[in-house]
Amino acid sequence: MISEAHVEAAIETIPVPRHIALVRITHWIIVLSVIGLLVSGIGILVGHPRLYWGETGSLATPSLIDLPIPMIIGPSVWYRPYHFFFAWILVLTGLTYTVGSFITEHFRRDLLPAKADLRWNRMVGIALEHLQYRPHVATASTYNVVQRLTYLAVAFLLFPAFLWTGLGMSFGMTSVFPILATGLGGHQSARTLHFVCVVLLLLFVIVHILMIYLAGFWRTVRAMITGYVPQGGRSR
Amino acid sequence: MSKILGRRSFITAGLATAAGASGLGAAVYLADRYGLIPPDHGGILGIGETLTYASQRLITSGHSLAREFKRSDISKIPTVNGWHPTDEKYLALLADGFKNWRLSVEGLVARPVSFSLEELQRLPAESHILLHACEQGWSYIAEWTGVRLATVLDLAGTRPEARYVVFEPFPNPNQSRTLVRVLWETHDMADALHPQTLLAYGMNGEALPPDFGAPLRLRLGRQMGWKNTKYLSRIVVTDRRDHYRKGGGTWYGGI
Repeated sequence: MISEAHVEAAIETIPVPRHIALVRITHWIIVLSVIGLLVSGIGILVGHPRLYWGETGSLATPSLIDLPIPMIIGPSVWYRPYHFFFAWILVLTGLTYTVGSFITEHFRRDLLPAKADLRWNRMVGIALEHLQYRPHVATASTYNVVQRLTYLAVAFLLFPAFLWTGLGMSFGMTSVFPILATGLGGHQSARTLHFVCVVLLLLFVIVHILMIYLAGFWRTVRAMITGYVPQGGRSR
Repeated sequence: MSKILGRRSFITAGLATAAGASGLGAAVYLADRYGLIPPDHGGILGIGETLTYASQRLITSGHSLAREFKRSDISKIPTVNGWHPTDEKYLALLADGFKNWRLSVEGLVARPVSFSLEELQRLPAESHILLHACEQGWSYIAEWTGVRLATVLDLAGTRPEARYVVFEPFPNPNQSRTLVRVLWETHDMADALHPQTLLAYGMNGEALPPDFGAPLRLRLGRQMGWKNTKYLSRIVVTDRRDHYRKGGGTWYGGI
């Protein structure tokens, strides 16, 4: 005889679908290209670790921010082609993700917040609950409103801001669309804001990894690789 | 049934692969034909270089103009990037105001010619106030005066097969070993014939200072600093894409 307890135990071991293939594949390609962009970006930045506002800035003019890193002239030349290589991978992957998100309804189902959730006290409550860690966060089959808004902001505000501030430094692009530079306050402002985007992205990455750790590191990472959350691993 | 389906999907996959491959082949052929493939297209990094150059050449087709600035925007202290050559030959030329200096224009031209500084200054002059940004990160605004490269190339008569223009500076024997102070560069015809591409002999209303490339330097509106060759001595028109300065960095400077 198969008892009800047996059936429940069997169901417990059935993995629960969590992430669709589009999200998993683009997630890891974006992780790799962001690492490549960060490393090559630092290689470019050390060539002149001073940030300015406006169109111009040099050692002869006051800076907005003096980064406490050594100035090493030379590597920027070598790192730049890597920066553009990874930038293209990121842009093409980002486009695939964006188009795919609408086709697969990932955007509507997983990212668009419910209207009822868009209230401050509810969002603050969820954020606090998130930080304190409650078990159901780890086994949730979808994102809460704070996660949804964060992912939306990173994917559709921060990454486009990287692109704009990057292209704002391009002489070719600003010859056709001067607003890419003037809209930001100038060539050096675009460079400074490109750096501000890096700081914002690093803040996101730190919180993101912290949350993954709180929710159970391997279970969460495995879900982003295989697409499934094993139910048996419900308890931490 | 499954056998038929298997064969059908096999044929479909085969046709799709063939279509994809020939589509890619056609894209590469057209890209090459319309000048969308940069000299440094090879290797894995060449993918990014090609995508950047091709998309910018498509977007900037025609003579899109770089931003020009007001006189009041001119930087008080323009950045010196590498001091002028200090070998005997350069110092001798500098001492007598470059009277014995000549710029030669050769290669795929109907009439190879050479110009003295005075002859270049007698050609129609124009001034542009442009942003100069170094790939290291600093930038300044200055006014540059000179003759359009297109005017000089017209006088020499570029042949129809011309695809690139090579800009050679004086050799600089005392350049640092780790930093390439004096760079030779090549440009495609779109940038060579661009209305903001000058052979500049003046800067901020005065003669071009030695540290900024006297007697003559290249100054483009749509390219970053390293593409603006200083201390020019020779211009060669060529159809050779593989003749460019290799060894690190990107070829296209409009990034």
